[in-house]
Amino acid sequence: MTSTLEIPVMTPPPTPPIPVPSRLGQSPVKPRTEANYAIVVKDFSFHFGARQILDGLSFEVPRRAVTAIIGPSGCGKSTFLRSINRLNDLTPGSVYAGEVLVDGTSVFAPATDLVALRQRVGMVFQRPNPFPKSIFDNVAYGPVLNALVPKRDLPDLVERCLRAAALWDEVKDRLEDSALGLSGGQQQRLCIARALGNQPEVLLMDEPCSALDPIATQKVEELIFELKQNYTIVIVTHNMQQAARVSDCTGFFDRGILMEFGDTQQIFTAPKQERTEAYITGRFG
Amino acid sequence: MTAITQPAEVSDQGHGLEGRNVSDAAFRGVLTVCAAAIPILMGFLVWELYAGSRLAISRFGVRFVTTSIWDPVAEKFGALPLIFGTLLSSLLALLIAVPLSLGVAIYLTEFAPERIRKPISFLIELLAAIPSVVYGLWGVFFLLPFLRTSVFPFLKATFGFLPFFQGPIYGQSMLAASIILAIMVMPYIMSVSREVLVSVPNSQREAALAMGATRWEAVISAIVPYAKSGIIGAIILGLGRALGETMAVTMLIGNRNEIAASLFAPGYTMAAVIANEFSEAASDIHFSALSYVALVLFLVTVLVNAGARILIWRTSRGGPQGGRGI
Repeated sequence: MTSTLEIPVMTPPPTPPIPVPSRLGQSPVKPRTEANYAIVVKDFSFHFGARQILDGLSFEVPRRAVTAIIGPSGCGKSTFLRSINRLNDLTPGSVYAGEVLVDGTSVFAPATDLVALRQRVGMVFQRPNPFPKSIFDNVAYGPVLNALVPKRDLPDLVERCLRAAALWDEVKDRLEDSALGLSGGQQQRLCIARALGNQPEVLLMDEPCSALDPIATQKVEELIFELKQNYTIVIVTHNMQQAARVSDCTGFFDRGILMEFGDTQQIFTAPKQERTEAYITGRFG
Repeated sequence: MTAITQPAEVSDQGHGLEGRNVSDAAFRGVLTVCAAAIPILMGFLVWELYAGSRLAISRFGVRFVTTSIWDPVAEKFGALPLIFGTLLSSLLALLIAVPLSLGVAIYLTEFAPERIRKPISFLIELLAAIPSVVYGLWGVFFLLPFLRTSVFPFLKATFGFLPFFQGPIYGQSMLAASIILAIMVMPYIMSVSREVLVSVPNSQREAALAMGATRWEAVISAIVPYAKSGIIGAIILGLGRALGETMAVTMLIGNRNEIAASLFAPGYTMAAVIANEFSEAASDIHFSALSYVALVLFLVTVLVNAGARILIWRTSRGGPQGGRGI
């Protein structure tokens, strides 16, 4: 692999955008400089017990764009991702320091409503994990749980989410079938549709294609490319071509430290750090 | 020594390929006999029960399960109250045990602090190992007086307008037997459903939480549905145990062969009547009637289990584990 990866230009077919309810009103006073950023990370550190996983991260994730997080195994990529929606809370011994702001609201503040946070920040996991329910019920899970829309609007919302996840044509005749009957790639797109059902602003993707075959991977990548029109996407990936193909910004993590953050084009063609170049050219990791 | 002579030597000593085939076949034969022993034993059991109850079957026929008089002196036998007692006590036991057991299992897998999970699970499994006669004794010496003086009067005062909570309070009753049964089946339902819940993949839990579910909503909307067929399996295990339980029930149910609306009234079960009267059966017809009861108990158990399995099969179709572990 060379350090001059080509970045293919994709032209997504037009899709009806999912109306995103504006929640900007929740924090009216916001510094102007942060307005373009969906997520602001300020001197963020993370420990599991005595073990330090992340150390002093500071960067900004641009709104309605794809930000890729790359780095060798064990560098804390997934831990960072799971800090944004505080899924690490499940693990005893998690300690946060510093700040992560989603839309200007601190994620770690004691007053933060976890349910509201996780509704605004959706997540797609490494392995497709649909519920053993019907396809329809999987997508309707979030809206029903959080009482987002009246019951009669559910079919409409489910259809829009499935269309946005490029799955509608494949499943429209069997919405009542079990989601477990779908192929791995379809299941992963269903999980994306399920996350969209919550009408989030941010989508976190934790190596969403690592369990998929190349064709399914390509479909998900095309989907990510389309979704960034309406959503802020943060994707963790081991696949550097994937990062180069789908992302606008890239952050390179190494041993818990943010080595470099910048435009994807710059990171992959003219990395400033020697370590970054070594990683993207495959000399380690 | 050359390499060519070596295999011949080995084969002469009986360790060649041929010898292995023979030992494999023998092993296979032994295992087949072991497996075949189960249906043979089962057939033998049913045949023996049928042979023993032939006299009663020819005398009473189907009326045996539809009439209520049990009079060994007059040689009249009807087992309806026994069947009723067996089914009702088991059903009531499940009504009490299932919510409690599931609550404990969910608490242990989802909410309990890590360090108390193991000890409590161990205690629960220990409860299952206590002999039923010990439960019976405990029931007679502690539970009955407690129910008679505290719980039953309270139920009568509060829900006395219902026919189930009327009439005199003796202590020994259908309700007392159901409560002891509930206590006895709870360890089974708890420990099996705990294991089923533990085996729900973390990804399901995370999926629900990441969608904005609270811990409780994740349990109700994702974890329990995922484990549904396994939990039903746990309940069936408890039901099977409740249907056949003899000793503790005999000591607490009052042993009266009648169908009463009130749960405070004594009752009788099939297993209890067999245990009580078998050693004292004087006449052939009495003996045969008890055998007939055993046959009916066997059939009821088989039917209930078959029904429950169909239920599992239906709920687990398209499900994650296909009735795994049952």
